[in-house]
Amino acid sequence: MSHDAPGLRVLRAGPLALLQDEGRFGVRRLGVTQGGPADIHAWAWANRLAGNVWGAAALEVTFGGLVLKAERDLRLAVCGADLNATLDDAALPLWRDVSVRRGQVLRFQQPVSGLRAYLAVAGGFQAVPVMGSVACVVREQLGGHDGNGSSLAEGDVLMVSQSAARRSGNQQAPATARPDYGVVPALALIPGAQIAEFDGASLYAAFHQPWRVDDRADRMGVRLCGPVLRCNLTRMISEGLGLGAVQVPSDGQPIALLNDRQTIGGYPRLGALTPLACARLAQCLPGAGIRLKAVSAEAALADYRRFMASVAKEA
Amino acid sequence: MSAVTLPRLESAGMNGWLVRLFDAIDESNMPWILALVRDCEATFGDALVDLVSSYTTLLVVFDIDRLTPVQARRQLQRVLASLEPDQQLEHAEIQELPTWYDPSVGPELERLAEQAGMSCADVVECHSSVTYQVYALGFAPGFAFMGSVDERLEMSRLETPRKRVPAGSVGITGRQTAAYPMASPGGWNLIGRTAAILFDRKREGFSLLRVGDRVRFVPVLQEEFVRLGGSTAAMEEAP
Repeated sequence: MSHDAPGLRVLRAGPLALLQDEGRFGVRRLGVTQGGPADIHAWAWANRLAGNVWGAAALEVTFGGLVLKAERDLRLAVCGADLNATLDDAALPLWRDVSVRRGQVLRFQQPVSGLRAYLAVAGGFQAVPVMGSVACVVREQLGGHDGNGSSLAEGDVLMVSQSAARRSGNQQAPATARPDYGVVPALALIPGAQIAEFDGASLYAAFHQPWRVDDRADRMGVRLCGPVLRCNLTRMISEGLGLGAVQVPSDGQPIALLNDRQTIGGYPRLGALTPLACARLAQCLPGAGIRLKAVSAEAALADYRRFMASVAKEA
Repeated sequence: MSAVTLPRLESAGMNGWLVRLFDAIDESNMPWILALVRDCEATFGDALVDLVSSYTTLLVVFDIDRLTPVQARRQLQRVLASLEPDQQLEHAEIQELPTWYDPSVGPELERLAEQAGMSCADVVECHSSVTYQVYALGFAPGFAFMGSVDERLEMSRLETPRKRVPAGSVGITGRQTAAYPMASPGGWNLIGRTAAILFDRKREGFSLLRVGDRVRFVPVLQEEFVRLGGSTAAMEEAP
């Protein structure tokens, strides 16, 4: 780590800004959650445009309210939500790489569309991995810039590698890679688990009626409000929960489980949202509408492979 | 669930299979589940991303760059076809958790005694004389669900969970017992506090307890609890 240098200083902290690499794997059996970017699509594009290999740590900025000052010249890219970001006083272009000079101030204000923005710097943010990952999980006090699962606070300094000063490569994401967060998304769900235990009318409603994102939504899970889903099972023996698992507690209102979910749980499940559906859901503000659509695991996988191929292209 | 043939493989997303081995919680499940964990590790090798075992199931998450869902299912079917229970369990070392049982750190101790028609000392004796088995880890890093608590000590979870349960707190819910590795919200009935460090991200292996471990709570006096590094800080709020 001897070649690392201060990259960005926090002048003002927002509600939640967390360093995230791909996530913490191989330790779920110890009750340790996955972490990682809630929106893997925007996170991967930010890294790609900053010229990074897959998996580099980027900053997940939720809602905005964050002010950063460049401590050195940097190449960076911001993807995901439009949080009305500015560089000094000019609008910061999203979904492309940008050269920032030492002393310039980067501001994330408040959501215009979407909820989470991802800031990647060339070479990736540098932090000491905890249990193999710098993914920041506040609840578990693991990872992040300080190793203790802390959200960024005023005065914190994010370290970058020497390569962070690389010049902009004029990289831009294609229009097809930039989601329109204003459109009601149809989130792909792979049916499974206890779906056969739900009554037919409930299943029809689940896939044909609109859902609304509740304000009980965070990195652990997002509660959806809509038709009441009825299941023959109320409480089960707890079992392992994968990313995107959609569990339905006894009130019949589903909860889609995201990166910081608990590792096991005992509510019946409809199946699992695909990783890209989770990514899109993570950009929904409370009150946003969504729909659910059933897809096969094979179709979901093909979709994911297309996404991986598109972000893997040489920067 | 209606009658199903077990074991069964259930889809768990595009990169996972859930292996359902049993339909009820039983101590005799554990040698099979541990054997399945062991065999999956050996068979999947680098293609294995995560394993999450629980009372009756094992969630297997695999690397989609190395295996298709169909290939992963075939591997699991092969593993299941030759599965033999893990006999090592009976020889497993017993982990001892030094525990100070006291109303100041175990606010439900007296209520539990009253409910069971016992003295507090009898509750302590009853809770600490059983060798428990770790059935699952979850809820928080290093949080081990252990059973089975003597039926006289069975107690349903608090109606209103506490916002903050101190680290080390030992609790009961239903016929399960556990110790909180770190301060967190929680709804278990608290009867004491252990000085054991249950989870340490800087320690080899991280978690003191693993699925399949056998565990005893060893009563210690306050002085010994403090000497072992336990915190006597009182609860911050009423239940």
